[in-house]
Parts: sequence; structure tokens; C-alpha cells
Amino acid sequence: MEESVLLIGTRKGAFLLHTDAARREWRLTGPHFLGSAVHHMVLDPRDRRTLLLGTRPGHLGPTVFRSTDLGAHWQEATKPPAFAPSDDPKAPSVDVVFWLAPGHAAEPGVWYAGTVPPGLFRSEDGGDTWQEVRGFNHELLPNLREVIGPIPGGPPLHSICIDPRDARHLYVSLSSGGTFETTDAGANWRALNRGVAADFLPDPDADVGHDPHRVALHPLAPDRLYQQNHCGIYRLDRPGDRWRRIGRAMPTEVGDIGFPIVLHPRDPDTLWVFPMDGTENWPRTSPGGKPAAYRSRDGGESWERQDNGLPRGHAWWTVKRQAFCADAGTPLGLYFGTTGGQLWGSHDEGETWLCLAEHLPEIFSVEAATVAP
Amino acid sequence: MSIRVVVPGQLYSYTGGQSQLAAEGATLGEVLADLDRRYPGLRFRVVDEHGAIRPHVRFFVNREPALALSCPLAAGDELVVVGALSGG
Repeated sequence: MEESVLLIGTRKGAFLLHTDAARREWRLTGPHFLGSAVHHMVLDPRDRRTLLLGTRPGHLGPTVFRSTDLGAHWQEATKPPAFAPSDDPKAPSVDVVFWLAPGHAAEPGVWYAGTVPPGLFRSEDGGDTWQEVRGFNHELLPNLREVIGPIPGGPPLHSICIDPRDARHLYVSLSSGGTFETTDAGANWRALNRGVAADFLPDPDADVGHDPHRVALHPLAPDRLYQQNHCGIYRLDRPGDRWRRIGRAMPTEVGDIGFPIVLHPRDPDTLWVFPMDGTENWPRTSPGGKPAAYRSRDGGESWERQDNGLPRGHAWWTVKRQAFCADAGTPLGLYFGTTGGQLWGSHDEGETWLCLAEHLPEIFSVEAATVAP
Repeated sequence: MSIRVVVPGQLYSYTGGQSQLAAEGATLGEVLADLDRRYPGLRFRVVDEHGAIRPHVRFFVNREPALALSCPLAAGDELVVVGALSGG
């Protein structure tokens, strides 16, 4: 029987939540790398066997580990993501391997990594050695720093989206930077932020400096992108280059601020968000302490609240940008992890939610995967 | 005669659980390079890609702070690597 697994990255290590095709019984294993922050753990969908994990152990340097037996054994990358050595005292140094993305289906062994401070890296050997994507790190990023100034706190590069029709066509996003597109495998980049609000910038029509929290490209309709931004929920239909704020249709009292956005893998018009409080001093908790997912089934024209089974009040946690995902089951399974260490799941597309695990450390990321038999 | 190196628990996964090691080198950088040859990956955990000591790592040579990889060492010296305590 096929094994499905949720890959859970937390502030204190990694955990795996195993189940079978019926998704009734769940079994938690781990922790792996206890005490180390694990920002992202991803199973390669091309072989359904290779697991990559980005970790930053305590106060030591960041690295990548690989496993081909679901974590029974781990091997550290020989050459983890790192910027080219420099004598410039302002040269960035990789602090966190924040995002891991398997490459195009036609490029087995290729992976991309996004880091804090922002940097884009590529591996061609299954994650063992990593090289800089120089067009991004050495051409785009220095220009971006000139325009928007130093990026405080080292925001992440995330949402590495690869066009399933063309391995050379990528979108990446960075907080305090915006969304960018390349059509030549990373040599040249163009900003893709028109129509996106940036309430914190003096120029409302700035080309860059926006704060995407999560961008997703639909695998069956790769000209359709959705974005959960610091300033709203958006949709973009290529070849257009102006995002449309579909979050305007969210209830006013909830707003359209949040971190994650999840797409239905079989229906480009169905998506989920998980709103958080973005008012006044930005508590970034569930609005009113009443968590809920919101689903749209018409590409963002309308939204419905889905909170059946979730706490009815005094639940002041947050769902981070990598911590909400869908599996490939029928009906679709949805999973999210909270900053309070709970893992929630739904097997009826968000109609009802069940707590599948609790008392974990703060959850950074959740990925659903099916393991090769 | 080599240099005696004491490493913190954060690095035991590289040293096979050993807290006390022997290494060769005339500078802190050379000693770390020697350790990295035998314990691959160890150096990048304590020094970044530009050769800067990571913010929460401290080195002491004969109980005196060593602030740069150019810090000289001699046979018989003691190098202590400290993972600073902070956070929660």
C-alpha cells in the first residue's frame, strides 16, 4: 500500500506524520535534528524517495541534509548553499536555507534553494553541491538593494515556481523585494509587481519593494498565478502582467492579510488562504482569536469561511507561509501547522478539520508527499 | 606536537561525539581547515563563506579570545570552540 507522509519542519527539529491511502490513522515519527530549526523539508516528486531538508542548528551555520530512506539516515550536503567568498564587509552570508524546490520534471537531480538573506541557489546533483544563480544574486539583488536600501532582518527568498512547460521559465519571490520572472534559466530577471499594493512604500506604483508572502503557480494552468501578499490576495493571468486584488471579496472584518495560499491541484479556480490579523500593529494572529481557512471556488471572486472543528475562540496562533498544503487525494486533503505546534487536517476539502498532532514546537512548514513503494 | 582542540556539543555530530581533538596548523584558519578535512562540514558551521566567525561562535586560544582566522597558534596550544548560549 502506498505510504503518504506529512513533512513537518519546526523551530526545534523535523517530524514526519505517516498515514496510508485511507488517511484515517496517523503515526508521528521523529524528531530529526532535535534542537535545530528546520525551515523546509521536501520529498522529490520525481523519484518520491529523495528527501531534502534545510536546517540551521542552533547558532551554527545553515546547511542541507538529504535522505533516501525517510530520515533513517541523513547525509549532509558536501557544499551547502553559500555566496561567493568576498572581502566586502557588506557581502551577504547565508543565514538560513529557507526554501527548497525540486527542479523541472525533465531535469532530474536539479533543485533550487532560497535563503535568508535573499539568495537563489541551484543544485544539479540532487542537493549535494549548490551553486549561486549568478544572474539573480549578482545582477538583480545588488540593484534591488540600491533601490530599496538594506533589507532589514534578512527576509527570505521563497515561492520558487517552475513553469511545467519550460524549465528555463521561473518565478521567485522575496519579502521586501517582490516577485521576479526569468525566461532564460536565471540569467536575466524582470519585476512582476504591477497592481500589487505596497502600503509601506512612498510610491504606490513602485516597480519593486513589495512583500509577497507566498506565490503559487497552478500546475495544470501554468499561466495562472495566485499570491498572498503582506497587502492582500492577488491573481495574475499571463501573459498579463498586472495582478488583480481578489482579496477585496473577503469579509471586511477578516481582511485579506495572511501568509499561506494553497491551490487545488486539479482545479485552477479553487484555492485556500488562512487570514491573519494585519491591523494596526500587525498581531499576525488569527483575526479575533478565531482561526479559519477561506476557500474560493471561482478564482477569487468569492470566498467562504471554513472553520468547522477549529477552536471557536481564544486561539491566537498563526499559520506561516510554508505551513499550509494540500495532498493529491480524492477528496483533496488539506493540512496546516500552527505556531502553537498543532497540526490540523481536513479530508473533505476544508469542510471539517481534525487535529492530527499537537504539542509540537512552532511549526514552520508542512508538505504532503506520497512515498515510492 | 599538535594543538589540543575542545569543541562544544553542537559539533559532536561531526566529531563522532568527541569533545577533545588534536589538530595541526599555524593559524586558527589552518586548524579549522585541518579539522574540516577529517570532519567534513565542521568548518562551515562555525565560519561563514567569507571567512568570518559566525556571530554566536567564539574561539579562545589558551583562554584568550581569538577574533580572526589569522590568529597564530603553536604546538601545545589549546583551542576552545564555544557555542554561545542565547535564545530559547
